[in-house]
Amino acid sequence: MTKSELIARLAERNPHLYQRDVERIVSTIFDEITEALARGDRVELRGFGAFSVKHREARTGRNPRTGETVQVEAKETPFFKTGKELRERLNAER
Amino acid sequence: MSGRTITRADLSEAIYQEVGLSRNESAQLVEAVLQEIADALTRNEQVKISSFGSFAVRQKGERVGRNPKTGEEVPILPRRVLVFRPSHVLKGRINAGAAASRTRTA
Repeated sequence: MTKSELIARLAERNPHLYQRDVERIVSTIFDEITEALARGDRVELRGFGAFSVKHREARTGRNPRTGETVQVEAKETPFFKTGKELRERLNAER
Repeated sequence: MSGRTITRADLSEAIYQEVGLSRNESAQLVEAVLQEIADALTRNEQVKISSFGSFAVRQKGERVGRNPKTGEEVPILPRRVLVFRPSHVLKGRINAGAAASRTRTA
């Protein structure tokens, strides 16, 4: 499912909303999450999961193809931890 | 780094402000979006949100684990796990944000 398919599905289930508004709703959600992470905040959506930012120290890496050593700078990387309810749902129908 | 936690309430407030739906309906739509994503993943479908990232379900095989307290070996059953791959745009935004807050505090 892509973002546009998600929008189409939501529009179908909410016929009283304009397609344009559904687009803005979906964009607002992902923009808010992005902005929160850019500020270094956490986003916790109980039952679904939590987004956070993890710090990665600078390290000496290696180009796997050439074997050449390269300096990798310290960086912040987004991280998602699946919520308990969703994790259980994924494994429910076994 | 501010260290605040954003929740569903903040997302529905943003929708209320941006789109102008009622607070109640804004909250329902946040829930509906999360529900659609969870449903797709439960059907084993990958979910790709452009310029944000993608969610995919990965099948893990059985492996031997160990109870860290007792040292006892226990089998870890095969399971499905969710993995999130952030897009380059999201990674870029986060590193730009981190650099900005470093210069602010410096």
